[in-house]
Amino acid sequence: MSFVDYLFLFAGMGAVTYLPRALPLLYLAHRRMPQWLIEWLGLIPVAILSALVAPLLFADAAARNVALGKLELLVAVPTLLFAVKTRSLGGTVLVGMVLYWVGGMMI
Amino acid sequence: MNVNQDTRNLFRQGAATAWPICLGYFPLGLALGVLAQKAGIPWWAVAMMSILVFAGSAQFICVAMLSAGASAPAIILTTFFINLRHVLMSSALAVHLQGVSRRFLAVFSYGITDESFAANMTRFREGDWDRWRALVVNHLANSAWILATVFGTLVGQFVPQGAMGIDYALTGMFLGLLAFQLKGRIHLLTGLLAAALSVAWYVMIPGNSYIVGASMSAATAGYLLKRRREKHR
Repeated sequence: MSFVDYLFLFAGMGAVTYLPRALPLLYLAHRRMPQWLIEWLGLIPVAILSALVAPLLFADAAARNVALGKLELLVAVPTLLFAVKTRSLGGTVLVGMVLYWVGGMMI
Repeated sequence: MNVNQDTRNLFRQGAATAWPICLGYFPLGLALGVLAQKAGIPWWAVAMMSILVFAGSAQFICVAMLSAGASAPAIILTTFFINLRHVLMSSALAVHLQGVSRRFLAVFSYGITDESFAANMTRFREGDWDRWRALVVNHLANSAWILATVFGTLVGQFVPQGAMGIDYALTGMFLGLLAFQLKGRIHLLTGLLAAALSVAWYVMIPGNSYIVGASMSAATAGYLLKRRREKHR
């Protein structure tokens, strides 16, 4: 692919990524938001993070079926406890990586 | 306190929140760079992609689709659907950025990712946060991402597969960010429901509608539950 091919592809991808990030904010930041919307949006972070991480722990990506007992899940338990106890994101990332690395060598 | 000291504080606090994200982005970016290099994508194209798109999962899928010979419109359409979840994050951030100038918001929006969103929302909720610190977080994370992906294309071939638990960096980051959101029963229930719905949706419906579908359903259920509890009080 040439420079121009890449430029068109990435500019297109950039546009369809940027617009969903920008338009709601540009619109809603200058409107009075109803109380129910504010409260509903307050639950979005926890819901979206859970929805993102759960299939990584409880499902097999290739076969796309439920898989219990994955190493990802076993490591997630102490990692999550560490996060709740210490509230350190950097520490949590490191603990998760080390446990996964060590766990992978033991299995 | 003078202006200089203010600016320095701003960067110090922004960096304190951003560094774990950068730490998590590094192995991910490295992995992306390695894959891109194997797919024959030059480093300057990877840099261009990380600057113009700045969306990890979409970039991974783009590399995979390019190696499979997919067309540009197909890749762009896929990117659109993968990144639609940011509509929810952008809306949720609007609660904390009321009345802020459109020019600032236009720049800020560029850096809304799963990770910067979650980190900034946690800080905003705790109250000691403002839009400039949030912007510093977004841009530090962005810089780390661009550097890591380019670095990966250049030296990635020397990194052994699975070294140092690299594959767990994103999961670990999500778990940490999730833990910070668990404040009170309603949030815990919403999270559990989102997890269950997401796995069920993921297994039954192809594609990635499970992210937006499960999180909107769980947030709605959590909201209704909260309203009912308040009414009964």
